[in-house]
Amino acid sequence: MIWEIKLATLIVMIACAVAAINVRDLLGAAILFGIYSFMMCIQWLAMGAVDVAFTEAAIGAGISTVLVLAAIFRTTRRTKD
Amino acid sequence: MNTFLEPLVSHFNYVAYIAIMMIGLYAMAAKRNLMKKLIGMGIFQTSIMLLYVSIGAKEGASIPIVAKYAETISPESYVNPLPHVLMLTAIVVSVATLGVALCLVQVIYKQYKSLEEDTILDKERS
Repeated sequence: MIWEIKLATLIVMIACAVAAINVRDLLGAAILFGIYSFMMCIQWLAMGAVDVAFTEAAIGAGISTVLVLAAIFRTTRRTKD
Repeated sequence: MNTFLEPLVSHFNYVAYIAIMMIGLYAMAAKRNLMKKLIGMGIFQTSIMLLYVSIGAKEGASIPIVAKYAETISPESYVNPLPHVLMLTAIVVSVATLGVALCLVQVIYKQYKSLEEDTILDKERS
């Protein structure tokens, strides 16, 4: 049961990483990066590292996404690549 | 064929670690937008954390918390908590580097009115 969760979250993580660096909208890239961090949090929960999991959920998926969103709203949303 | 393929299947964490690290390295090296470079840096840091936590994990072990009235403590029934502690520090360092880098990006945008690397270099030369 556990290794199916690990494999599924790893596949979603790789898909989110590829999509986050290829999407043409920086707001969408920030949201995809947040989904990537949350999938990494589930991965660590399945691996038995609970302290790393809740630190990642608070800092990686929470504060990092908010910081990137604030920087995008202060600068620009458009990108060429 | 089977002896070559079996470690890849049983250690698929490491295969995914290599793939994610190469995605982050490509984004840091080849993307021209500064915010895309920062997202690539975050992906790269998270892949290193995945390697370390994968080293400490083992099959059929529980989380490293000892019950209050446990009579015997057997270390082989818990996952190794030492990489977890190191990676807690790495997560905090990663959010600190991300904050400083976003601050620099905002200053660069205020001066050059763009986040693209080639536009910034053109304005730098002229």
